[in-house]
Amino acid sequence: MADTSAPALRASTGPALPVIGKSDTKPTWCPGCGDFSVLAAVEMALKRLRIPSHNVAVVSGIGCSSNLPHFLSSYGFHAIHGRALPVAEGIRWANHGLTVIATGGDGDGFGIGAGHFVHTMRRNVDLTYVTMDNQIYGLTTGQASPTSMMGQRTKSTPNGVIEAPVDPIALALASGATYVARGFSGDVKHLADLVANGIQHRGFSFVDVFSPCVTYNKLNTFDFFRQRVYKLENAGHDPTNLGLAFQRAIEWGDKIPIGLFYTVDRPTYEDLEEVLSAGPLAQQPAGLAGRSTLLDEFA
Amino acid sequence: MSDIIVRTGGEAGDGIASLGETVARCFARMGLHVFGLNAYQSVIRGGHVWFQARASAVRPYSQGDGADVLYCLNRETFEIHRVDLRPGATIIYDPEKFAIAPGDVPTGARLLPVPTLAIARKYTSQAILQNAPGLGAMAYLAGIPLPILQGALSDSFGRKAGDVVTWNLGASADGYEFARQHSGANDRAVSPRGEGKLLLTGNQAIALGAAAGGVKFLAQYPMTPASGIMHWMAAHSRDLGIVVKQAEDELAAINMAVGASFGGVRAMTATSGGGFSLMVEALGMAGMTETPVVVVESQRAGPSTGLPTKTEQGDLRLMIGAGQGEFPRAILAPSHPKEAYQAAIDAFRLSEEWQTPILLASDLHLSENYATVDRDEIALNVPIAPIATASAPATGEYLRYAYTPSGVSPRSVPGQPGLQFVAGSDEHDAKGHLISDVKAGVPIWVAERAKMMDKRMRKLEGLRAAAPPPLLEGPAGADLTFVAWGSTVGAIRDAMPILAAQGISTNLLFVRTVYPLRSDIVRSALEGARATLLVEANYSGQLGQLIRQETGLLLPHRLLKYDGEPFYPHEIVAKAREVTGHGGH
Ligand SMILES: Cc1ncc(C[n+]2csc(CCOP(=O)(O)OP(=O)(O)O)c2C)c(N)n1
Ligand code: SF4
Repeated sequence: MADTSAPALRASTGPALPVIGKSDTKPTWCPGCGDFSVLAAVEMALKRLRIPSHNVAVVSGIGCSSNLPHFLSSYGFHAIHGRALPVAEGIRWANHGLTVIATGGDGDGFGIGAGHFVHTMRRNVDLTYVTMDNQIYGLTTGQASPTSMMGQRTKSTPNGVIEAPVDPIALALASGATYVARGFSGDVKHLADLVANGIQHRGFSFVDVFSPCVTYNKLNTFDFFRQRVYKLENAGHDPTNLGLAFQRAIEWGDKIPIGLFYTVDRPTYEDLEEVLSAGPLAQQPAGLAGRSTLLDEFA
Repeated sequence: MSDIIVRTGGEAGDGIASLGETVARCFARMGLHVFGLNAYQSVIRGGHVWFQARASAVRPYSQGDGADVLYCLNRETFEIHRVDLRPGATIIYDPEKFAIAPGDVPTGARLLPVPTLAIARKYTSQAILQNAPGLGAMAYLAGIPLPILQGALSDSFGRKAGDVVTWNLGASADGYEFARQHSGANDRAVSPRGEGKLLLTGNQAIALGAAAGGVKFLAQYPMTPASGIMHWMAAHSRDLGIVVKQAEDELAAINMAVGASFGGVRAMTATSGGGFSLMVEALGMAGMTETPVVVVESQRAGPSTGLPTKTEQGDLRLMIGAGQGEFPRAILAPSHPKEAYQAAIDAFRLSEEWQTPILLASDLHLSENYATVDRDEIALNVPIAPIATASAPATGEYLRYAYTPSGVSPRSVPGQPGLQFVAGSDEHDAKGHLISDVKAGVPIWVAERAKMMDKRMRKLEGLRAAAPPPLLEGPAGADLTFVAWGSTVGAIRDAMPILAAQGISTNLLFVRTVYPLRSDIVRSALEGARATLLVEANYSGQLGQLIRQETGLLLPHRLLKYDGEPFYPHEIVAKAREVTGHGGH
C-alpha cells in the first residue's frame, strides 16, 4: 500500500500547499506557436481552482504539444505517441483523488490514438483532455494530420489531402463525452474558462483547441481563425441539447463556432466502478494476508 | 509411478471439459495429486475435444502417456484414442450411439458398454443428461468413491438447484452401479489418501499469486490462453478490491497498467504473443520511465494468429527483444501452477524493487491445464512494501532519477507534496528533464545520456542476482542433463524416474529466469554435464541459442516440438535413450 497522504477529492478551495505554476523548464516551442496559449490557459485554470500542484497529474503523448507537462510544476507523464489517454485513465483509477489532465496534438489524439479517444469518452472517465489541434504534424516537420483540410498541401501530400478530416467535436459527441468544447489559442481567457469548467465537470471533458502551428501550417493560421470563429455562448446555443450540438459541430466554413457545445451529467466510470467506492485505490490495502478461505474454491 | 489416467472425448459443446474437471476434482479431493489436460480447438461447437486426468500419490507433472479408462462420447473419440491405451484399459461407450466391432478392440483393452442414453431417459427426454452415466462409470473404474463423485458433481452446478442437479446425481449413480455390476475396477484404480488437495490452472495460480503479491489493477484484452487470468480476477474484483479493466486493445491495456503503477498501485496486464506484440512500445516506456509493471505473456503456437488453442514456447526471443533500444527486464518462466503462484509474487517484488517491467512467461500448457497443490504450498501472507520510497530531501531538489550505485532511485507517487516530477518516455536527466531535444548532442548532455543508460542498465545486473536462479534437479553426475524452461519441464520431470528405472540417470537444469541469464550457474552446470539434451517447444531452440550467446556453449542434442501439442514423457524418454546410446529400443 502506498504511503501517500490522502489527497483531497477535488479541492475547489485549496489547502495551503503550492498551487500549480510553471516549472523551471522553459518551453521549446517556436516563437508564436499556439501551444503557449494552451499552457497559459491550463495554468490559469488550475490556479483559479486552487488545486495544489502535487494533486495534479498532466499526461501527454508525443508531439510538440505533448511537451506541455514539462512546463508545469505538477506531476507529469510524458508517454509515447498516442497513448496519453490510457495512461491518464490508469492514473485516475489508481488515485481518483487526483486531478488528471491529458494533453496532446491532433495526430496524437485523433490519428494514432483515435481508438483510445473513443473508448475513454464512452467510459466517461473523469479527466480533462485538451488537444492542441494545429491540423498538421508539427514535431515531424509538417505532414498531413487527421484534421488537415481536404486539399491541403503538406510534405506528405504535395498534391493536396484527399481524405475527409476527422471532426473531433462530432466524434466526441457521438462517443458519449459529457463535456465537449472548443477553444482558440487567440483567446486565452476564453480558453482558460473552458478548461477550468472542464476540470470542474464530473466526467470526461474534451476541449479541442485551434492552436496554430506557425511553422508548418500556412493555411490554418491565427488570422484564419480570427476571421471565422464566433462564440457559441453569444449565439444563443443551448449546450444541453445534443442535436443542436451536432449541428454546431459540423459548421465549418466562413463561420466556425468555439465555446461549449454540449454538457450533460452522467455517472463517471469511477462512480460506477464499485471497488473505487472504498476510496482511492492507492490507499486501499493490498495482498491476501488472512484470506485463506479464498482457497476453498479450489478444494 | 503408480498412477491412473482417465480420458474422455467428444465434440466441442458436449461438456467434455467440465466432465474432465469433475474427475480431476474428485481425485484432488481424495488427496491425490493430479494433472489435468484440457485439449480443445478454436471452435465453440463441433471438432474433437478431450480431457485427460492423471492422478497419483506422487505428484505428476504432466498428462502422462496413454490412458487406463477411456470414455468415448462419440465414435471419433474411439477411433482417435484407441491406439493410445495402456494395457488393461477399459473403454466406456454406449452401443446405442455407435457400435465397436470385436476386431477393432485394441489388444489388452476391455469394453464396457454403458446404456448412457437409456439411463438418461429414465430422468428426462432432454439431451442434457447424457454425460452423467458415463461419468459415474468412469468414476467407478478409477476408484473414486461415490460420495466424492456426487459431492464434486453437485458443487459443479454451483448454487443452481432443482431437477437438473437431482437428475445428474441419479444418472451418475446409475452409471456407477452399472459399472460395478458389469466390470471390475481398473487395475490401476486409486484409493483415497489423506487431506484433499487444491486443483487449479496455471492462470488461476498466476492471478492468485498476483493478488497475494499486492496487485490492485489489471487491464487486459481477451486473448487465449491468457483470458483466464482476467476471468478469475474479475470474479474476485469486488471481494479483493482489485480494479479489473477490459481494455479496448492491448495498447490500452499496458498503457493503463503503466499509468496505474505511476499513480501508486501495483499493476499488471496479461496477454498472448499477438497482444504482446502490440505492447512492445509501452514496455519500453515502462523501462524508460522506470515504472514497475508486470506483464504475463502466455504463449500459444504462432506466428500470427497461429494455433489459438495450442501450445508453444516460440516467443522467448520476442520477450527478450521486445522494445526499441535497451532497458532492464526479467523474464520468469515457471513450469507448474505451484511455481506460477510464486512467480507472480516474485514478479511484483522484482518489478517494484527494480522499477522496471517484469515478464511472466507462461504458455497454453501451463495457463489452461490443471494441477494440484497442497494448501500449505500456497503462502498467502506476502509482505507488501510501500510503493513510494522517496521523501522530501533535506537540501536541494528531489531527483526522481538520481544516480545510485544500484541504479534504483527513490520513487514518489502523485499526491506526495514537494516530490513532483515528470516521467518522460524521452531520454531525461536525473531530475526528469528532457535531454532529447535542445540538449541532444551538446557535449555535457551526451555524457549525461550515457550516464543515464548506465544507471538504468545497472538494474539489469541487480535483477540477474535477485531473480530466481536456475535449479539443477536430480542427481549430480547424471548420465544426461536436460535443459528446459517453462511448462516443458513437466514432461521431463515425469520422464526422469522412467529413465532411472531403465538404468539411465538424468538431471534437469531448469532455467527459471530465462532473462537475464545466470550464465555462471548455467555454464558450470553444463560444463559438468556428461551429456545434455535441450528440450523446447519451438522450432529453433531459442533457449539454446540464448545459452550459446551468453556462455559460448553449444547444446548439440535438441528435442524440439512445434506441432502445437505438449511434450509427453515417452517422447522425452525415447530421445534421452538415443542421446545416451540406448537407442533402438
Ligand atoms: C509510434 C510512433 N510513430 C511515429 C512517431 C513520430 N511522431 C512524433 S510526433 C508525431 C506527430 C505529431 O503531430 P501531433 O500529434 O499533431 O502533434 P504536434 O507536433 O503537431 O503538436 C509523430 C508522427 C512516434 N514518436 N511514435
Ligand atoms: S513546429 Fe509548429 S507546433 Fe511545433 S512548436 Fe513550432 S509552431 Fe508549434
